[in-house]
Amino acid sequence: MKTTETPAPLPAESGAPITKTDLQPPPPAKERKEGTVLNVFSHGVLVIWAFMVVLPLLWAVMTSFKDDRSIFSSPWSLPDSLHFDNWSRAWTQANMSDYFLNTVLVVGGSLVGTLVLGSMAAYVLARFDFPGNRFIYFLFIGGMSFPIMLALVPLFYVVNNMGLLNTIHGLILVYIAYSLPFTVFFLTAFFRTLPTSIAEAAFVDGASHSRTFFQIMLPMAKPGLISVGIFNFLGQWNQYMLPTVLNTDPDKRVLTQGLVQLAVSQGYKGDWSGLFAGLVMAMLPVLAAYVIFQRQVVQGLTAGALK
Amino acid sequence: MQHGKYRFIVGFLALPLGLYALFVVWPFIQSIYYSFTDWTGLSPEFKMVGFDNYSRMLDDDIFWKSLQHSLLFALLLPVVTIGLALFFAFMINVGGRKRRNGPVITGVRGSGFYKIVYFFPQVLSIAIVALLFAFAYNPDSGAINSLLRGVGLDDVQPLWLGDPDLALWAVMGVLVWSTVGFFVVLFSAGMASIPAEMYEAALLDGANRVTTFFRVTLPLLWDTVQSGWVYVGILALGAESFAVVQIMTTGPGGPDYSTTVMVLYVYQKAFRDGQAAYATTIGVALLVVTLAFAAVVMRLGRRERLEY
Repeated sequence: MKTTETPAPLPAESGAPITKTDLQPPPPAKERKEGTVLNVFSHGVLVIWAFMVVLPLLWAVMTSFKDDRSIFSSPWSLPDSLHFDNWSRAWTQANMSDYFLNTVLVVGGSLVGTLVLGSMAAYVLARFDFPGNRFIYFLFIGGMSFPIMLALVPLFYVVNNMGLLNTIHGLILVYIAYSLPFTVFFLTAFFRTLPTSIAEAAFVDGASHSRTFFQIMLPMAKPGLISVGIFNFLGQWNQYMLPTVLNTDPDKRVLTQGLVQLAVSQGYKGDWSGLFAGLVMAMLPVLAAYVIFQRQVVQGLTAGALK
Repeated sequence: MQHGKYRFIVGFLALPLGLYALFVVWPFIQSIYYSFTDWTGLSPEFKMVGFDNYSRMLDDDIFWKSLQHSLLFALLLPVVTIGLALFFAFMINVGGRKRRNGPVITGVRGSGFYKIVYFFPQVLSIAIVALLFAFAYNPDSGAINSLLRGVGLDDVQPLWLGDPDLALWAVMGVLVWSTVGFFVVLFSAGMASIPAEMYEAALLDGANRVTTFFRVTLPLLWDTVQSGWVYVGILALGAESFAVVQIMTTGPGGPDYSTTVMVLYVYQKAFRDGQAAYATTIGVALLVVTLAFAAVVMRLGRRERLEY
């Protein structure tokens, strides 16, 4: 995906080459005036929206360093001193460290599982002709448009009957299953675009199908795997509905769940500053990762939707 | 490539397909079956009751309220989100004033910065966003009301989430906040692939920016807009609205069920009230609404595909 990488404007020197645009007649005065008004207006709106996005986040960061009293008395003032104890209290006493660990375990496991299983299924569906191919493909991608909530009630009992309720590995398996529709959809399209000659050559040379897949095709599919990997990472890291239903053991909570529970319970205890510290703790890693890997994240998230 | 082909296919498909069938497909089929039973979810016993759940649903005031709210979400949220995103994306990519000797089509100054910042909410969990705004909406100590006090609007101190007339709109605003950025970036990508000559031609013909938008940009972007429309609609009917309503509004479901949406009602009936069969019935209604929504958008949006 190319975003607007417009070349930097050339310096306005007399020696600059005459382009087609220079030959345009100057716009009439009325139009130029309208342009200015529109410009000021549109710039204003863009700036206002940027503020509306950033202010709540800044407010949360600021609040996480304040003591409880000033949170209530003056919500917008800067903290009088930086109360780092909020952060350490949230990390240790409010179990944020456990929630983090659980989330990392669940997302790590399911991300690897999603990519491996998803690419296996997509490879077979994209490259082999066999009876039922189309049916299985549409069965997979049909899952993208169904409301998860409908399946959640029976799913709870399926998971319960298998003894997987309130377990990390149970959550991992369910995450993988619900990530497969988009992953298979995306990677099937991707594998179709890869050249077949290399894989065929490897196969003629005596490599098995699985070896061809793991040693030749999978490395070639790396760009696609990265895109779909980022998409799934964000989706699974931010998942709220599945753990809320399938994971009610307080020790196994993931970050989003833990924070919401914390908000309910801390509301009574009145530790608002600790709560805000936990909130910011959960926000900052993803925001930082996004700013660093901005291009890949945007590509990963928009690649599927643009198809 | 025939040797061992079928063994390989089965070997590679078995695990993914098995997981998917077990955790996704099978529960879907089951839920439709359960909607014809009187299963509570608490005990394994149940019997078939035909369409009892469905007729009960039609008499259920809260169901109708939740349906109404869900439809409002599904209709209004895409309009506002996509409208705003199209405007922002157009400004960022095309709306810039021509600089001398620069390219004819540019975005406003700082467009790269806007694109990065606008995308922020998209990477945050909707649950965390909901929590953050639940605090911001707090009538006494929240950021919003104290901001209003700060600019001298002492009399304007709404209860936000506590006001039955306002709560739904307050919740919807949060979804707009968190979704717009994604579409700004998505539409920007689409606009970047529109050839500059098209804009140059329009400009030479004397089109202003409003005309350019409606005659050039929007038609060429229509496919993306349409899939975005379906995407927001499904989000609004499903997971996202569940998280915001469940986390933000009191009850949950708001004062006097003023913010209950269908997915929340399914959840409450199944996991709070122990009426699993009835919950799946509402779930089936939700499925019907979702599919109908997607079909209507696809149908209304059908245009001749423009090649460029």
